Order: sequence, then C-alpha cells, then structure tokens
Amino acid sequence: MDILRRAANPWDQEVLLGIGWDLFWWAVAAGAVFVVVHTLLVWRLSRRAATRPPTATPGGAADATAVPPRVVRHSLGSRLFHWSMALAMLVLLGTAFVPVMGFRFDWVTIHWVAGLVLIATVAYHVVRATFFQSPRAIWVGARDVREGARELRHLLGVGEAPLVKPGKYAVGNKLYHHGAAAATLAAIATGVLMMVRIDTPLFTQDPYLLGDATWGMVYVLHGAAGVLLVLMVIAHVYFAVRPEKRWQTRAMIKGWITREEYLEEHDTSRWPLPAGEGSGEGEPATGDRVPVSAGG
Amino acid sequence: MAVIRDMMPAFELFQPSSVEDALDLLGRYGKDGWPLAAGLDSFDWFKDRIKRPRAVIDLGGIASLKEIREHDGGLEIGAMATLAEVSRDPLVSRRFALLSDAARHVATPQIRNAGSLGGNLCQDTRCWYYRSGWPCYRAGGNVCYASAPEAMNREHCVMGAKRCVAVSPSDTAAAVVALDARMVVRDRRRERVLDAEDFFIGPAIDITRMTALEPGDLLTAIRIPATFAGARFYFEKVRDRQSWDFPLVTVASALVVRDGTIESARVALNGVAPFPVRLHEVEQAVTGRPQNEETATLGGDVAVRRVKPLRHNDYKLPLMRNLVRRALRPAEA
Repeated sequence: MDILRRAANPWDQEVLLGIGWDLFWWAVAAGAVFVVVHTLLVWRLSRRAATRPPTATPGGAADATAVPPRVVRHSLGSRLFHWSMALAMLVLLGTAFVPVMGFRFDWVTIHWVAGLVLIATVAYHVVRATFFQSPRAIWVGARDVREGARELRHLLGVGEAPLVKPGKYAVGNKLYHHGAAAATLAAIATGVLMMVRIDTPLFTQDPYLLGDATWGMVYVLHGAAGVLLVLMVIAHVYFAVRPEKRWQTRAMIKGWITREEYLEEHDTSRWPLPAGEGSGEGEPATGDRVPVSAGG
Repeated sequence: MAVIRDMMPAFELFQPSSVEDALDLLGRYGKDGWPLAAGLDSFDWFKDRIKRPRAVIDLGGIASLKEIREHDGGLEIGAMATLAEVSRDPLVSRRFALLSDAARHVATPQIRNAGSLGGNLCQDTRCWYYRSGWPCYRAGGNVCYASAPEAMNREHCVMGAKRCVAVSPSDTAAAVVALDARMVVRDRRRERVLDAEDFFIGPAIDITRMTALEPGDLLTAIRIPATFAGARFYFEKVRDRQSWDFPLVTVASALVVRDGTIESARVALNGVAPFPVRLHEVEQAVTGRPQNEETATLGGDVAVRRVKPLRHNDYKLPLMRNLVRRALRPAEA
C-alpha cells in the first residue's frame, strides 16, 4: 500500500505529490468495518434489552404539559446550511474520488466551484454560530468526556453505570462536528492554495507560489482531509438511517422533534426551551439558540 | 534538462506473431506492459528512463496488423501499416487522399518508412517539460509547468486545455478525425470501435493519457467509412522547418460540394489542443453556403472564437484562422 505518492524530478530528486490513492479504499473499508461493528454491537445490546437503561439525569424531568407538541431542533437557517454543505461536500468527494475509481469525466471545474459553495456555507455557519447562536453548545467539556466514555462502555457491554441524557447535542454529535470541522477547514485552506495552480477566474495562475516540498505537504493535507471526510460521511449517513436515530434525521429535514422525543432523549435542564415558548400548542417552540447549562 | 542516458533499462522483450498473443501479453502485464510499434516515440522514453516498462511487446511481427483492405465500402488500415505505405497505397490515395497527404507530411522519409499509422496516432505529446521528466500533471504530478505565465509555451495549447496545455503532435490525427474514422481497439476480452473524436481524449477526462487506450488495450485498425470518399480534401501542416518537425498547427478538411454549395463539411485542427479538434461550429457555419471566399472567411473567424492563447503562442490564432480559411476556399482560389 502506498501511503504517499512521490515522483522524481529531472535531477532524480524525489518530489512529494500527495497521498496514495490506496488510502481512499482504506477509508471506504474502515467505514464499512465501522458500520458492521457498530450494527453488531447495537444488535447485541438490543438482544440484552438494554439499549437505553433507565437514566438518572437530575433535573431532567420537565413539566410535560409545559412542552409544546413540537420542539424546534434545527431552524430553517441551520437546515439550509446543513443540506447545502452536505450537497457541496458530496459533490466535492464525488469529483475527487470517482475519477480515482476509474470513472473518467471532466471534474476539475465542478470540484472547485463546489469548493467555493462549501466555503460560502462554512462562512455562513461560522458567522451565524458565533454571533447569533451559542457556540458553547457544541463545546466538549469534561462532563461530555465522562458521558462519552460511559456511552462507549455501555455500547461495548462493559459498563453498568446508567446512561445520562445529553443536552441538545450528545457528545458523539459534538466530536463528529469538531472532526468534520477540522477536516473541512484543512481541505478548504489547502484547496484555496491549490486553486492558484490551475486556471480559474479567481487567481493569477502561479505554480511556483510555494516550493515543491511545501506544495507536496499541501496536497498531502488536502488528500488526507478528503479521505477522512469519506470515512466521516459514511459514518454520518449510517447514523442518519439507523432506526433509533431517524428522529434526528427527520429533525434535520423538518426542523422539529416531538414533545415525547424531547423529553425522552434530552436532559431538559441542559436544553431548556426559551421562556414563554413552552405553553403553546400550535406553533413549535424554538430550541435552536441553546442556553448553556451544566457544562453543555 | 532531463538526465539523458544512452542505455535503456532492462525489460523483457516479446515478439508475438499474432494479435491474440500480443493481447494476452498486454493483458498479463497490464500497466507494466508497453506495446511497441516502430519505437520512434518509445525509445526516447526508455533511454531517458522516464518510462520503465517491465515488458515490451513488439508488434512488428504481426502481419495482420499491416494490412490495408476494403471494408464495408470504406477502408480498414492495420495499425502497423507504415506511414510510407499509407501515403503510397492506391486505395488510400485514390479515395482518401487526405490521409495519404497527412502521412506524407510526417517527419522524414526514414521515419515514414519505419513509423506506423497507429504509432503516429498514439504517440505521446512533445511538451518538453513532460518529456524532460518533470513531475507535471501528465506525469502523475500536481502542476503544469508549461501553463505558468513565465513558461516556454510557444508550441502549446490555445484551446481545450484543462490544467495540462500540451498538444497532440500527430499529423494523421486531424485527418482521421476529418474522415470520420473509427478506431478498432481490442483487449483480451472484447473489441471496441471508437469514433476518432472519442479515441483522442483531453486532460479533462484523463490527464495522463492522450487516447482512450488503457493498459491492456491495443489499437488494431483504423476504419475509414465511405462517407467522404473522393470528397474535396485539404491538408496543410505549418511547422518551423519543412522537414523532420512536429506541427505548430495542422488543418485537415473534407468537403462535399455540389453545384458550388458545401453540402457537408468536416474540419479538424491539430497542434492547438491536447487532442485533434473537430470544428463543429465551423462545419455548421459553412454547411449549405456557397464555397467561396466569403464562406471561407466566415469559417476562419468562427474557428478562433474559443481560442485562449498562452503567453507565447498567440501567433496560433491568425494561423488557425488562415488555415481554416484556406481549407474552405475553392480549389482555384
């Protein structure tokens, strides 16, 4: 297996080109293994009828009558961001790796245009999350780490401690967000640099902007971010279609979760509904701006 | 400059006597196998040690690949027929003089006596950054050295570029596109017949190849349909010196003219893009018009609509315009 691709220049000096394309197949294989192993673990848990043992979340019991029938989990803006970013990401990964799989087509222009769309969506998200939402809602604190470890032990069947309901986002969601953000930002930063090497209306073409070795590192980072995102997209789609997670998928499509899902799946003290929006029966209450509590 | 060496690295040489044996060897070695026609392109690669195949399959001993025969009203020319044979063959020159004319313009008499039609069509680009062993896109790298603003790109693309700006160097490629030829490609399992236009692929589709041939594939024959047999042909190659040189721009056209009106036209250029370019817009513009100076001027102007020269090759723009104009003029003009 080639981890890195290298070539020789006319003086027989080695030049780093990028990651070996075998890594793409390893990412696909790792994604498949993850799906199979997780499915088996969850299946084993269900056989033991212990997928969700009784929780002991203090303060988690909200007054059910004060919760509207539908609670907004993702506002329209959040959903538009998610789906436009997802579309851009799929186009980027498709145009990057489908040619590697042997299906040839004119992919370069589609790739960098999709990259620009991705940059726009990420910029929108960063501004919105920073100034109009609570970025701390997605931070991973010490409590999250403890809860994550507990969930992992539970999944592996080695822990007896009861699971704890999360706030708006479970620790798995938070970790996924940060991993995807890091890989995406790395891909964006290196991708913008790489655009200088091709003919686009945005930059004056300059293949010598960086030295060969630095360019090699840029391509390695871009490729590594790409294969990591392949793995993460596989995991993400897998969780989106799992039966016990479909309420989250529906929330990302329609925006809301039901009162029962809110009460059953979330610690309401860590994701309280905004004041004054809990008694209505018709319109869903908004929960997109998440008040921070208990380290969430 | 590249590290030029006089000795080729060792490889296994196979000299099959049948197409089936050759295909079997090519299939067995895959990417490590190299089909050798006359070696006029290959040996440079080997000597420079830029291409290092494990096995070389010499096609020179396969008699069936050298035949020129009638086929379905047209002609089938074996890929190993020499350029000299193609240029002299009465069947070719009587009905498809465009191809014999193109073959006659290749390099030198010595090269035409050894070089094959298939080899000429399949030869790799002459971009010297690539030929000198730079790790450019076409060599599997991440950059086109020739497209940079300070690059030496006088002979490179003015259209059809996609990251790589190398041009197809084949003289006969424009002719087979203009003649609507079909390329017979075989591997161990099947035979494919590709339009000449589809046979030559640009860097947008695959930046490391100039043709649709994949490892294990062999171009066995070129079929020329009867469509343009006896049409009005025009071939012109502009090069820096009048012998032993690659084209700066080549034009090949086939016109069916009745009562002074162009009934159908196929016009192709080479040396302007990474593949021979069929000028569909020119063909549409001139079809149905009288063959005269005005139509020729129109065709020349349409030909350069999508041209995007590099720093040192904008001379190709008037060259293209005038060559297309000449290709469309009446013979007496």
